[in-house]
Amino acid sequence: MSDTLLKTVFGRLTWESFPIHEPILLTTFIVVSLLGLGIVGAVTKFRLWGYLWNEWFTSVDHKKIGIMYVILGVIMLLRGFSDALMMRAQQAVAFGANEGYLPAHHYDQIFTAHGTIMIFFVAIPLVVGIVNFVMPLQIGARDVAFPFLNNLSFWLTVAGAMLVMISLFVGEFARTGWLSYAPLAELAYSPDTGVDYYLWSLQIAGVGTTLSAINMVATIIKMRAPGMTMMKMPVFCWTALCSNVLAIAIFPALTAAFFLLMLDRYVGTNFFTNELGGAPMMYWNMVWIWGHPEVYVLVLPAFGIYSEITATFSGKPLFGYSSMVYATVVITILSYLVWLHHFFTMGAGPTVNSFFGIATMVISIPTGAKIFNWLFTMYKGDIRFELPMQWVVAFMLTFVVGGMTGVLLAIPPADFVFHNSLFLVAHFHNVIIGGVVFALFAGMTYWFPKAFGFKLDEFWGKVAFWGWVIGYWVAWTPIYVVGLMGEPRRVHHFDDTSIQPYFVIAAIGAVIILVGILGFVMSIVMGFVKRKQLADVTGDPWDGRTLEWSTSSPPPAYNFAITPVVHDLDAWYDMKVRGYERPASGFRPIHMPRNTGTGVILAGLALALGFGMVWYMWWLAALSFAGLLVVAVGHTFNFNRDYFIPADEVTRTESKRQHLLQAGA
Amino acid sequence: MTDHALNARDTGTTWHLAEQEDHDHGGNGATVLGFWIYLMSDALIFASLFAMFGVVSTSYAGGPVPREIFDLKLVALNTAFLLASSITFGEAMPHLEAGRVGPTRFWLAITGLLGLAFVGVELYEFSHLIAEGAGPQRSAFLSAFFTLVGTHGAHVTVGLIWIAASLVQIGQHGLIQPMKRRLICLSMFWHFLDIIWIGVFTFVYLYGVIR
Repeated sequence: MSDTLLKTVFGRLTWESFPIHEPILLTTFIVVSLLGLGIVGAVTKFRLWGYLWNEWFTSVDHKKIGIMYVILGVIMLLRGFSDALMMRAQQAVAFGANEGYLPAHHYDQIFTAHGTIMIFFVAIPLVVGIVNFVMPLQIGARDVAFPFLNNLSFWLTVAGAMLVMISLFVGEFARTGWLSYAPLAELAYSPDTGVDYYLWSLQIAGVGTTLSAINMVATIIKMRAPGMTMMKMPVFCWTALCSNVLAIAIFPALTAAFFLLMLDRYVGTNFFTNELGGAPMMYWNMVWIWGHPEVYVLVLPAFGIYSEITATFSGKPLFGYSSMVYATVVITILSYLVWLHHFFTMGAGPTVNSFFGIATMVISIPTGAKIFNWLFTMYKGDIRFELPMQWVVAFMLTFVVGGMTGVLLAIPPADFVFHNSLFLVAHFHNVIIGGVVFALFAGMTYWFPKAFGFKLDEFWGKVAFWGWVIGYWVAWTPIYVVGLMGEPRRVHHFDDTSIQPYFVIAAIGAVIILVGILGFVMSIVMGFVKRKQLADVTGDPWDGRTLEWSTSSPPPAYNFAITPVVHDLDAWYDMKVRGYERPASGFRPIHMPRNTGTGVILAGLALALGFGMVWYMWWLAALSFAGLLVVAVGHTFNFNRDYFIPADEVTRTESKRQHLLQAGA
Repeated sequence: MTDHALNARDTGTTWHLAEQEDHDHGGNGATVLGFWIYLMSDALIFASLFAMFGVVSTSYAGGPVPREIFDLKLVALNTAFLLASSITFGEAMPHLEAGRVGPTRFWLAITGLLGLAFVGVELYEFSHLIAEGAGPQRSAFLSAFFTLVGTHGAHVTVGLIWIAASLVQIGQHGLIQPMKRRLICLSMFWHFLDIIWIGVFTFVYLYGVIR
């Protein structure tokens, strides 16, 4: 009797679900709890809850939401990187008689969590965050098209991330690899909670990402400052546009694939099963129709960041602007036509494989054009090798190698050999770290003074830079080599001790990257300590060229007191050269969206729904689903969503800035 | 850009928009554009479900085949309900434009009732099939059938909730600008579901029965 009651209340959650017998997890849990309690205690002690809730959590300001996305991405990077260190340590020691310190079943969870977290909860939030912060400023807008939706998107991403974090301490995470291929991910082969955690967290976060992409596209198309035609739009906005259009085109395929896999697991349908007519390869097709373009969703804004930085620090307009735009558009389209190269070995036949192989190689042409454009921008430029520019140079040297190994893998017969080897793993870490991660650090360093009003500490920034760059090469070159020798991926123990030195070197490389990550954290800490010294009062610390540098650092809530009119591609540079003067009077009240807590509440309910479904607590799932409906519909009954910033408040803010500027000059 | 930069300090260039339009957030067509983009992403979800159905549409696994289980008369009735509801929504639109509250609510309510009839018939069809032993677990074909048709039905249900909320909100606020904007989105949503249904009707039911 009480057993049925317990089952009704807790579903399949029992005492055994908590990993109290696994010392590694237990220690992690204790450390994380102490850290969490410390933060909660500090926030309570300094009475910051009200401030956080009113000024940040409920904020619909695109700048604050962007910053929160970046904070989420950096926190999850620490988690994802701990997974990486654990894998490297395991593979460095697990040879011959030594089984290493991680059992296979734990190791499998770690590599799945590592991939899932790094793509969905590190790369995506960091890219979305930077786009969120920078793009509206660059197009001279006061906010995005749908400010509330922006807040909701962010909190849904947080809910997904929290569900993944919960899986660390309650139950298990998936052991199926970062895309959870069927039929392995079916209930028959993965009966525990792992795949359910995976599906629900990514489904919830995926809704957020799709909504955010729609928001960004509508913003870029509808809210550009007067005079800013599409071909006068900064390259970063172009790449943001293409990246988000692509996201809208691909996320539905992933949503559908996950939805069908959920039905298989919960309802007992037969989409991807081995029995009753199921078609497992259809799952592979659908997830890769999402998966390959996703790489470009991430790397296109990265290319945009490099373009902005190269032009600024070379003191020249970007070389070949229009070719850059066309290359971006071409990459967007081509990236949708290459997904099958992820499973050439499926047996689709030589015609199909040739098509996808050639389409894949063709992408290297527009990408190569971009590299030349950056080089020609630097050519005869007045180059300042400050930190952001150093990242750009490191990117060009690193990424080109990754691009070339990619073309190599695109050749179907070669891929039959390299398929599922560490060579492939080295290749995609090469392009993702060298392409996306370097850009994110470059972008965070570049726009940090815009967001907070002071630059990052330069010494620690250099530590971060050299740690990442040297660490990358030391960590991944040996993996390329053992991959070429035929070592498969996702292996937690090796018999052949002769290759152990390679894995030891790779582990050393991972430690050097750790130095880079800690260096970045320190550059923020020391930047904050020395914020007076590193302060930026001009709003234009790098002698920038685009509109975000025309406003103060950090920008006021309304971004621009009076909407700027754009005459040139490098709008702010044009203003500076042609003797533009700041308006000192004539301000009007500014129409702004009001903060709302609905996004946090909806995301909280989505999290409860996910948790209830993972553990078969049907009452919790039903209640939170009903709650989602009620709150969402209830929100539509609220028509009071905006307010005006009074004109004299704008005047006060603007004249304060005028004084600062004059004092600085 | 450089030809401007050469004659520095030229005068008479406008750097700011002095007369600032009071742009409503999500206004100036952004909401309608954004909603249209959302519909396109939703269309891709349906495209994925159609593709899935296409791949397993003959994977009967020894179970029932379309000819045995589809009742075309019932489907024809259902199609008529949904297509008629698109016409009645169309009837509401000129009244919406002109700001006539009464007729707008009337036609919206009729649309809602037709939609409700559609969902009712679909639920009847589903329960009938499950009772016959042709449930979604029986074969990949039936899994895909129930999922594709059911996802469409779930969308119609969301549309019904939206219509109900709109009827109340029109009563509270009248046809104010934000309300009109929402109803234009709802109208696009409703017609979109009609187009999807035509695909379902053709490829799932008609094509299923003739082959």
